Amino acid sequence: MIDREAPACRDVVQVLSDYLDGALDDDTTQVVETHLAACEGCDRALAQLRETVRVTGMLREEQLTDEQRETLLEAFRGWDGS
Amino acid sequence: MGRGATRLTERRAVGPNDTAADPSDRIASEQDLALIALLRERDEAAFMQLVDKLGPSMLRVARMYVSTNAVAEECVQEAWLGVLQGIDRFEGRSSLRTWIFRILVNIAKTRGRREGRSVPFATLAGDDGTDHPAWDPTMFGGAEDPDWPGHWSTLPSDWRGMPEERLTANETLGVIGRAIAELPPMQAEVIRLRDVLGWTSEEVRNALDLSETNQRVLLHRARAKVRRALNAHLQYEDRQGEDRESEAQA
Repeated sequence: MIDREAPACRDVVQVLSDYLDGALDDDTTQVVETHLAACEGCDRALAQLRETVRVTGMLREEQLTDEQRETLLEAFRGWDGS
Repeated sequence: MGRGATRLTERRAVGPNDTAADPSDRIASEQDLALIALLRERDEAAFMQLVDKLGPSMLRVARMYVSTNAVAEECVQEAWLGVLQGIDRFEGRSSLRTWIFRILVNIAKTRGRREGRSVPFATLAGDDGTDHPAWDPTMFGGAEDPDWPGHWSTLPSDWRGMPEERLTANETLGVIGRAIAELPPMQAEVIRLRDVLGWTSEEVRNALDLSETNQRVLLHRARAKVRRALNAHLQYEDRQGEDRESEAQA
């Protein structure tokens, strides 16, 4: 875990995903933010993770094949409510 | 962290009628309510819209628990029939998609058990009991460093101010897609649902039956690997660019 008095970068980078999600408790968030403000390396690490998450959001989800769609459509039409 | 890996343990199985425990996934949204009303009227277009949206992830999730793609497709079909049968009784105590996934996961798990196929949760999660550092440990100074134990000895590359067209190039997106495809299945699905499809953490943990910690750890590991792949790709491009420059100067 993070040493609250002297947080090590090696430990800070392990909680950056949770930090981005707002999933850290208030105390830890405070420790991380104070550290980030003073640490170029961790600030860069956060920027990398933040960009990774943002660009991942631009991926297109896969699509069903026509055959898979057709099967489900038939199941829907054939469903008699029982 | 760094000392003692976080072990992921499977959450106790819960029944299909288990209501979402998490407050922020307790109610269906306005959009959900409209869809639910249409489904109750057996509206074909609404049904197919939902099928198109959720189908691909449902197939992947089912495939985690059963042996073949064909069986996974059967599970998905059975799940949709379960949705049609249950929609009149659905009380909207979770989001619609969470509810649909819970039906699916229950069907797929049962089917997997009947097939005699039992994939340990640790395998799905890619949890081998070792620590998963998000960053290359050699980038940090050792614990014995008197001034800065565990601090950067090599700074990460700076992506701030990176041209947008470089980050969002098709090639870059391809790198991310391949990195996700190579993840252990549960990690891949968590990052897809969270970061590609924009589900909330509560929806994902309810849909995939994960504890809060597991959801966070799986996402952390998945994002870490995708970031690493992306960084390796960008550094490779940088080196190529430098080679071209030095050739031009020679």
